[in-house]
Amino acid sequence: MDKKSIQVSLIGNPNTGKTSLFNQLTGLHQKVGNYPGITVDKKQGVCELSSEKEAIITDLPGTYSINPTSVDESIVLRAIQNKTDKNYPDVILVVTDVENLKRNLLLFTQVQDLGIPTILAINMVDQMEKKGISINLPVLEKELQTKIVLISAKKNKGISELKEAINNYSILQSVTNFSSVAKKIDPDYFESLQKIVPTESLYTLWLQLTQQHFAEKKNQNLENFSHDVSKLKKYQHKETIYRYQKINEILKKTYTVDTANATDLRSKLDKIFTHRVFGYLIFFGLLLLIFQSIFDWATVPMDFIDALFADFSEFAKQKLPEGMFTDLLTDGIIPGIGGVVIFIPQIAILFFLIAILEETGYMSRVVFLMDKIMRRFGMSGKSVIPLISGTACAIPAVMATRTISNWKERLITILVTPFTTCAARLPVYAILIAIIIPSKKVFGFLKLQGLALLSLYILGFAAAIIAGYILNKSLNVKSKSFFVIEMPNYQIPSFKNVFLSVLEKTKSFVFDAGKIILAISIVLWFLATNGPSSYANIEKQVTENVVNKNLSKQELEQKIAATKLEKSFIGIAGKTIEPVVKPLGYDWKIGIGLITSFAAREVFVGTLATIYSIQEVDNTTIFVPFKNVKAFFSEKEEEDNSTIRKRMQAEINPVTGKKRFNFATGMSLLVFYAFAMQCMATLAIVKRETQSWKWPLIQLFGMGALAYISALIVYQFLK
Amino acid sequence: MNTIASLKIGQKGIISEESLDIIPLKLLEMGCLPGAEISLIQIAPLKDPLYICVNGSHLAIRKETASKIKITNDNCTNG
Repeated sequence: MDKKSIQVSLIGNPNTGKTSLFNQLTGLHQKVGNYPGITVDKKQGVCELSSEKEAIITDLPGTYSINPTSVDESIVLRAIQNKTDKNYPDVILVVTDVENLKRNLLLFTQVQDLGIPTILAINMVDQMEKKGISINLPVLEKELQTKIVLISAKKNKGISELKEAINNYSILQSVTNFSSVAKKIDPDYFESLQKIVPTESLYTLWLQLTQQHFAEKKNQNLENFSHDVSKLKKYQHKETIYRYQKINEILKKTYTVDTANATDLRSKLDKIFTHRVFGYLIFFGLLLLIFQSIFDWATVPMDFIDALFADFSEFAKQKLPEGMFTDLLTDGIIPGIGGVVIFIPQIAILFFLIAILEETGYMSRVVFLMDKIMRRFGMSGKSVIPLISGTACAIPAVMATRTISNWKERLITILVTPFTTCAARLPVYAILIAIIIPSKKVFGFLKLQGLALLSLYILGFAAAIIAGYILNKSLNVKSKSFFVIEMPNYQIPSFKNVFLSVLEKTKSFVFDAGKIILAISIVLWFLATNGPSSYANIEKQVTENVVNKNLSKQELEQKIAATKLEKSFIGIAGKTIEPVVKPLGYDWKIGIGLITSFAAREVFVGTLATIYSIQEVDNTTIFVPFKNVKAFFSEKEEEDNSTIRKRMQAEINPVTGKKRFNFATGMSLLVFYAFAMQCMATLAIVKRETQSWKWPLIQLFGMGALAYISALIVYQFLK
Repeated sequence: MNTIASLKIGQKGIISEESLDIIPLKLLEMGCLPGAEISLIQIAPLKDPLYICVNGSHLAIRKETASKIKITNDNCTNG
């Protein structure tokens, strides 16, 4: 028999431990979906209440008010206004922080006025004694006309009582006090508003009127009602003042703080973290730690994943009957999935560190420190987190911009984030550096190759920042919203929250990027293994042509594979664009690499491996360069024996008779990959986040032009 | 008249009633109300933004916003 389910919406200010409570109530029974039409993740989970009943809990984004100022916040209003939605709440759970109860109650009174039964959960009550707070619970319940549960989500206290309260939600009365507030503001005005739709509650009408901008369906009846914006704004201000007055009265009777007991840890830590010298030093120290983790710690699991997929592909090749389908599986799908999975360790580690920094409250201090600097480049302090995330992958980074309420700052952040050096560029950089930069030391301890890699990272950041500066001057986008960020109390991060956050971000990378990378890998595989009518005879022709040259079987196979690629659709495309890329120092083979890079940049390495007929590295080429990266920084002199590097180094330019991958071509390629927007998955996410094709196209062509021109200059200058 | 931006670190002031319409709605909702005591906790190294505490809310706002919100001096400015 199906269980009876109750729809519960979880609402609360940011930093109230709402996520902890959600995790506590639902455990791992969570899923992330999408709200129709918009892009904010919809987090839902199931909570068992009894053997017959369960609660479907929807975790709404943290907000200070029902009146939204960012995309995230607008969800809250939508979720609780649409009565036809299947997740329209039977009961709303408002989560508050005992220390900031006054401010938290503003949201509570707004939510209560919607007329949906509401439970108030006061969180972090374990802190009460330490902070000298005492609450008269019975009086507070009576004054607020609600059920209150004292909880500590972190210490798992009060959770069963909360479940009990949800279970018994039907005894709660729906209370709305808005009419008394309305009377204080302007009785005549609100009376005439109510008359338009007498059946709708006054507060709902008021919200619809003030939020026309965000509303899903506009109420036609309100179209003709007074839209004097300054009047609406003034009334909203008054509404807020009256709500606070009432809250103050109630709290005076029920809530006391004995400040003598208050600890001063926050101000002490703030002094260090926002110090004009130590503040920045600590921040840059943490950045170094983050990069260390990406380069070093992540390579262990990456090595393992790489080997696993290579073995699996080999295994499938041997066990399955030969044919088109097997080829698709072993050369298209398995390496395609492997190309996504290999980046999971880097992304998971990066988001693990970011989640810890966010959970502790430290990230807000970074925003505080960096805001002025970032503003010169058209961004905000809040852009720092997306830019750091971009060093793993631009996709979760673009999604992390949602907290920026100023549209222009958010747009600029989205547009410049792909300049930061993402994980997918690393294999390309690594192999090229290994070829063109000698393994020498400068100043006795710095390896030239490591220095080159570091310069490319700096180049990426510099490009992002300069692009931000130019966009700031040239974009004519209006945005009125202003900057405010809460500086939350410092906290010890909860392992569960961090773990679930990493899981969620990694999932969004795997599925958002993964499906696009996989789809393009399959298309590219098809284009690389098929060609015009004469294509079918290549094997025979090659065999006949070389019949006298005494090639071994292996050499012959390699020769056939290379010729096949040359004559395939992709080979033809590479030859077609050769005149365009020639001034950059590339031939048609590199041209093919550039084209296939649109699936994902790291595909470049694999494609060249195929073109240069390197048999053994078919499926393991993505990781091979990472071994180079470690060597760039290690003290030991490691001999790099990878076939791909040797083969690329030996490639001769038939026109000049010199090496193809000489210093000029290599540098030109490095610069091209640093600037070009070669990631379909990111373009798709940017389209989704900006709700328009305009911005991803600007990115594609703007960054493409920059890459082309810079590579051209570099090559012509160095050759 | 003084604004939030003219406070020194550690100083306090009372947000004046006439600032009601100037304070952005979001800031009001976060507790930055006329009549409330506001204290300046810290100024970012590059003089902007400002780290304030009002009605128990610890917030960072930009100087641009802070310089529009008028305050009257509190009696206990030495706090």
